[in-house]
Amino acid sequence: MDLIQSYKEELQLIRKPWTRVWVGAFVLFLILLPWVAPQHITYIATIIFIYSIGVQGQNLLIGYTGQISFGQAGFLAIGAFTFGHLSIHGVPWFLSLLGAGLAAGLFGLVVGFPSLRLKGPYLAIATMGFGIAVYQVFVNSEVLSGGRMGLAVQKLSPLFGLSPITYRYYFNFLMAALFTLASYNIISSYMGRAFIAIRDNDIAAEVLGVNLTRYKLLSFAVSSFYTGVQGALLGLFLGYLEPNMFTFMESITLFVAVIIGGLASVEGSLLGAAFVILVPQVFSAYKDMVPVVYGVTIVFVLIFEPFGLYGRWFKMRLYFRNWPFR
Amino acid sequence: MTKFLQYAISGLSTGSIYALVALGLALIYRSTRILNFAHGDITTAGTFFAFMLLGFHFSFGLAFALAILFGSALAMAFYFCILVPAQRREATQLGQIILTLGLGLIVQGLVARFGGTDIQSFPFPLSDTKIYRFAGVVISQLSLGTLLVGILASLLFYLLVQKTKLGLAMRATSENLPAAQTMGIPTRRILALSWGLAAMLGVLAGLFLAPALLLDPFFMLEPFLKGFAAAILGGLNSLPGAIVGGLILGVAESLAGGYVSIAFKNTFAFLMIILVLLVRPEGLLGKEFKERV
Repeated sequence: MDLIQSYKEELQLIRKPWTRVWVGAFVLFLILLPWVAPQHITYIATIIFIYSIGVQGQNLLIGYTGQISFGQAGFLAIGAFTFGHLSIHGVPWFLSLLGAGLAAGLFGLVVGFPSLRLKGPYLAIATMGFGIAVYQVFVNSEVLSGGRMGLAVQKLSPLFGLSPITYRYYFNFLMAALFTLASYNIISSYMGRAFIAIRDNDIAAEVLGVNLTRYKLLSFAVSSFYTGVQGALLGLFLGYLEPNMFTFMESITLFVAVIIGGLASVEGSLLGAAFVILVPQVFSAYKDMVPVVYGVTIVFVLIFEPFGLYGRWFKMRLYFRNWPFR
Repeated sequence: MTKFLQYAISGLSTGSIYALVALGLALIYRSTRILNFAHGDITTAGTFFAFMLLGFHFSFGLAFALAILFGSALAMAFYFCILVPAQRREATQLGQIILTLGLGLIVQGLVARFGGTDIQSFPFPLSDTKIYRFAGVVISQLSLGTLLVGILASLLFYLLVQKTKLGLAMRATSENLPAAQTMGIPTRRILALSWGLAAMLGVLAGLFLAPALLLDPFFMLEPFLKGFAAAILGGLNSLPGAIVGGLILGVAESLAGGYVSIAFKNTFAFLMIILVLLVRPEGLLGKEFKERV
C-alpha cells in the first residue's frame, strides 16, 4: 500500500513522519509511566515488557518461519536456570544474560534438527516432548533446580537513586526496546525474508536458493535465544526460580499470546504479551475463569479476525486514514 | 523374567488407555486434518459429568453411558457451532488446530469452575486393591478391566470402521472429501459423527483412568499428551497405528520406569518418540508424505 521507491526506503523502520510522531509519543508515554502511574501498574508493565521478548521470539518461529513449537517453556527454563546459576557464581548480570540466551539458543539448535524432517503436528509433538523432558529434568534434579526452596537470584540493586520498582521498569523497558528493534531488523533483512519464504513454501524456498538447513536451525536458535533471555529477565525480576514456573501451560500461554496478538507481526507480539498478562490481572477475582477468557478470545479472533489484535488495529487505522471514504 | 512380564502386563494395561485416546485423535486427524487439542479436556468434562451423576446416586452403567453421550454431544456441538463457521470463513489448517486449543482452554476453565479444583476419588465398580495372580504375575482387578475394555473397544471400533456402511462412508470421507460429497455421502454429518465417536473413545478412557489417577480438572493432561505421542508414534493417519503406538508406548514406559528410573518415565517415553520420528518421520504405520510444490 505504501509506494517504496528504493532499497533504502524498504529498510527504513518508520516510513511516514506521522508514524514517527506516534511512536515517539508512545515511547515518551512509556518513559513517563512510572512517575504518574501507581506502583502495581508499573509492576504489571514490567512483566509485559519481559513477556514481550519471549512472545516476539515465538512469533519469529511460528508466525514468520511457520514452525510450530510447544516447547518454549523448556527454553524458558534453560535460560532462567542458566542465568540463576551463573549469577550465583558471581558472573556479572549482562554476561549471565548473554549466557542464558546462548544456552537456550544452543538447545534451540538441537531441537531444530527434527524440524528438518518433521512437519506440522509431528514437529509439535517433538518440541512438546522436549519441553516436558526439560521440565522433568529440572523437577527431579535438585542440583539444577536448587531443591525444594527454589533457586534464589540476586535482584538488581537500583542505580541513580531510583526506587527499585522504577529502576527495574526502566531496565526491562530498555531490554524490550532492544529486542523489538532487533526483531524489526531481522525481519527486514535477508534472514527474515528467508524465514518468510520457508513459511510460505519450504521446497520452493530451497529451489530459489535459501539454505533450508541453515535458516530453519537459525530460526529455532534465534527464537530460543529470545525465550532464554525472557526466562533470565523473569528470574532477575522475581528474585527466585522454581521448576513449576515452566510447565506445559507456560508454552501454551506464549503460543496464545502469538495467536491473539497476530501471527507474523512484531506489534502484534507486544499486544499479545499485554493481553496474556492483563487478562489474569483483570480477572484476578475469578482466577479459574482465565483459561475460559483465553479460549473464547482465541475462538473469536480466529473466526472473526484471523490477523489477531494487530489486524484489528491495522483496519482501524486504515478506516481513519481514509475517512470519510471507505 | 517374572519381573519383566509384570512390567509388560501393567504397561499393556496403561497402553490400552493410551490406545483409546490415540484412536480418537487419529480418527479426527484422518478425516479432517485437525489435531484435536481439546480431546483431553472433553474427556475430563465427560468424566466429571459421570462423577456428578454418581453423586446423584445414578447406577454406574447409566452414569457412564450418559457421560459418554455427553462427551460426544460436546464434541459434535463444537464441530457444528465453531468449526463449520470457521471453515466457511476459510480458516487455515493451523487456525482450526488453534480453535481446538481454544475450546480446550474453555472446557478446562469451566470444569475447574463447576467441578472444583480439589482432588477427589472417583467411585468405581472395579477395585484397585483386589488382585489376581497368573503364574507369578500380579494384576489388579482394575488394570485387568482396563485392558479388557481397551481391547474390546478397539475391536468394536475396528468392526465399525471396516465392516459397516457407516464405516465405509467414514473411510470415503477421510480419503477424498469432494469425491465423497459427489457420491452423495452427507460428509458434514459423517465428520460430526467422527468427532462424536472420537470423544466417546476418549471419555471411555477417562472413566477408566479416573479411579487410578484420582479426579481433578487437569488429570487428563498427561494421558492426553501420551495418547497424542502414541498416535504420532503409530502414524497419525493410521487407525491400527494408534493402537500399536499406544501399546508400545505403555510397555516402553513401564519398562523404563521399572528398569531405569521411575522419575524419568515420561522423559524416556518422549525421547523414544523423537528418535523414532527422526528415523521414520511419518510414524510406524503411517503413509509416507508426498507433497507438491
